[in-house]
Amino acid sequence: MVDDQGGKGDKIPFMQQLLDNPFLLLCIGIVMPTVFYLIWGIMEVISIPLAN
Amino acid sequence: MANDTQFRTCPDTGLKIHLPAEKLIKTNAVVAVVFLLVGGLFGLSVALTRWPAVHFLPADWFYLALTAHGLDVLLVWIIFFEMAILYFASAILLGCRLAAPKLAWVGFWLMLVGAVMTNVVVLMGESSVMFTSYVPMQADPLFYLGIILFAVGALLCCCCFFGTLVIAKNEKTYEGSVPLVTFGAITAAIIAVFTIASGAIILIPTLMWSVGLVSYIDPLMYKVVWWAMGHSSQQINVSAHVAVWYLIAAVIFGAKPLSEKVSRTAFLLYILFLQLGSVHHLLVEPGLSSEYKIFNTSYAMYLAVLASMIHGLTVPGSIEAAQREKGFNKGLFEWLRKAPWGNPAFSGMFLSLVMFGFLGGITGVILGTEQINLIMHNTLYVPGHFHGTVVAGTTLAFMAVTYLLVPLIFRKEILFPKMAQWQPYVFAIGVTGLSVFMMGAGTLGVPRRHWDITFTDAAMSFDFPGAAYLMLGLNGVSAVVASLGGAMFIIVVVGSLLFGKTKGEAAPAPAAEAPPTTAAAQYGSAAHLEVPGTFALAMVFLVSFVLYYFVNWKYLAETWGLS
Amino acid sequence: MAISPPEQRIWWNEPIGRNEVLWIGIGLIWCIIMFFMMPYWHLEGQQNPPTEGYRISSDDYATKAEAAAAEYTVGTWGETDVPVVSPPPGSDIYMIARLWEWWPVFELQKGETYRLHLASLDWLHGFSLQPVNLNLQIHPGYEMVATITPTETGEFGIVCNEFCGIGHHLMLGKMIVVEK
Repeated sequence: MVDDQGGKGDKIPFMQQLLDNPFLLLCIGIVMPTVFYLIWGIMEVISIPLAN
Repeated sequence: MANDTQFRTCPDTGLKIHLPAEKLIKTNAVVAVVFLLVGGLFGLSVALTRWPAVHFLPADWFYLALTAHGLDVLLVWIIFFEMAILYFASAILLGCRLAAPKLAWVGFWLMLVGAVMTNVVVLMGESSVMFTSYVPMQADPLFYLGIILFAVGALLCCCCFFGTLVIAKNEKTYEGSVPLVTFGAITAAIIAVFTIASGAIILIPTLMWSVGLVSYIDPLMYKVVWWAMGHSSQQINVSAHVAVWYLIAAVIFGAKPLSEKVSRTAFLLYILFLQLGSVHHLLVEPGLSSEYKIFNTSYAMYLAVLASMIHGLTVPGSIEAAQREKGFNKGLFEWLRKAPWGNPAFSGMFLSLVMFGFLGGITGVILGTEQINLIMHNTLYVPGHFHGTVVAGTTLAFMAVTYLLVPLIFRKEILFPKMAQWQPYVFAIGVTGLSVFMMGAGTLGVPRRHWDITFTDAAMSFDFPGAAYLMLGLNGVSAVVASLGGAMFIIVVVGSLLFGKTKGEAAPAPAAEAPPTTAAAQYGSAAHLEVPGTFALAMVFLVSFVLYYFVNWKYLAETWGLS
Repeated sequence: MAISPPEQRIWWNEPIGRNEVLWIGIGLIWCIIMFFMMPYWHLEGQQNPPTEGYRISSDDYATKAEAAAAEYTVGTWGETDVPVVSPPPGSDIYMIARLWEWWPVFELQKGETYRLHLASLDWLHGFSLQPVNLNLQIHPGYEMVATITPTETGEFGIVCNEFCGIGHHLMLGKMIVVEK
């Protein structure tokens, strides 16, 4: 049995705070694919060389 | 603003229901079902055309119907229904008033006008460009405008959802963290915002190009950005239907998540990585590097796949825990055998979960493997896969939850309960056939979006093996069965809404087997955290996954050298 | 329940069941294996999607492809006027995708390697070699270079598997592979 249900004064763990913040999650959820999929992908397309 | 006259208390669940939110949920769900009907009919006509012995539509109508089918079911049906789920998961589950119902109505009308506009333009025949509308093939400007209006409307609805979260927090309508189902809905809404933004980035210039204001759209660039919308829109579905699984497990069994931490972290992995999967459509494109493909196609080391595997364990696991708590403790599977298989909300949900995993999930990972994509890209394997995710997974889950919404939100008793009982099974059998036979045909090389694989009128000739024609025939039969299941759903739902007996305030919920208060294990009680039955099922899944994965590598290794 | 807020104010520190931990562990290992299969196949496997590509105008590509085909034309295919081209092993071969044909027909030698260039002159097309079932996506304005090594002889079909308008299902090409 675990007993760390915590009184009102206990500090909420960082990860729980993150998961409880929809707007922070919204930012992460937009930045991640924008950077890794969209921006990286657009850079890939732009950097395709001209045929000689 | 939030006075008590705007609320009613649900006699079955004790939930406090905001009436304007309830009205929005009803309207969005009804419109969604109408588009399911329309899109489903187009889908049936497509499958009947592929069936060699029937070959139902002429070529131009086939491509038209295929365009309309993709739009109506992949986008319109599902997103309308998802808006209903967002309102439910925010306003209803948090017992809060919906933020800006007027804005939600504006969003609704924009979506409806956009959807109707696109359908009309497609039916007029000049916009048979498929759901993907790859440039430089051009559709009527109103085609793009319709989708843009639809997307803007959906964005407004998402704003109302996020606004409602803020109101609920400020007005303290709940304690602590939001419920897990709401958290799943947040995940879906986040992905929706990215989806819609990407759609705007690509479709607004495309609209301008179609009216002549922009001279050129790069086809590869279009494809990269378009799929940030096209694929992510299907990731909204995944998040939403997983949330629906948890919802149904909670309502029917009083099931609690085995671990809030694990389930929410799995949703976090969706938020972080799921949308990278858009690159699945770019694996055999010219000029893109393998690093870009591998990182994105694997959702950064398959962490989003891991998340789905986690939900695949925790959803049935929470049901097992709840059932064991009720005393169904014999052996590994008594909890499952004694589940309410006659309740369409449960059977639909459980079939959705199993089929999403086995049909949609495994094949999706294999299709999305950089090299294996070479032997599957753009064959019928692709629609076979996504009928396993979107139809067997999402659509069936949404049908299942409708059986709960009709009594809870619409306050109507289900008409034709026998038909309702059978409906998920009929639909599931049909969709399994659709999915399996399309994948089979795809393995034999049959192309997707193709009117005539006999090439009767072509200058050259090519013969697909007889087995391919058999697969397409069986696919047609399965489509008929699935359509029958779809028709049963629509008859039950529309019948119940129009002619069903209005539920009395004192009527007990037909769905809830036990009042929620006697719910599952006390959290943290180790005795009920163990779910051996579910774990055994999960291992069956894993073994199938591993075998099928390596079988496909073997197929790949036998083909021509390419690099 | 999943439809009500968690009972504990701090749920992050609650214990996780053994089955769950085990499943997550197994799943993670499987995910890592699947991930590393892809770079591994680049090192050891013979079948990898081509990454070589160039930007090119449709006119330039057509000129280049027609010149290359003219050099090694050995006849025409059946009743059609599509040339049959028999290029030397190891050479660059240029295929055109356009509404609604694959041009020309190549005659290749088994076990030899060719640099197959592919580009569309109009809309998107899908190069689908059947019954081998190798599939590539062809764009206008982009030249893809795929190094291919046929491993079997015979007559193969090239189906278009990207929708390209009302004649999509008429778009069929051929490739022949002969013994050395």
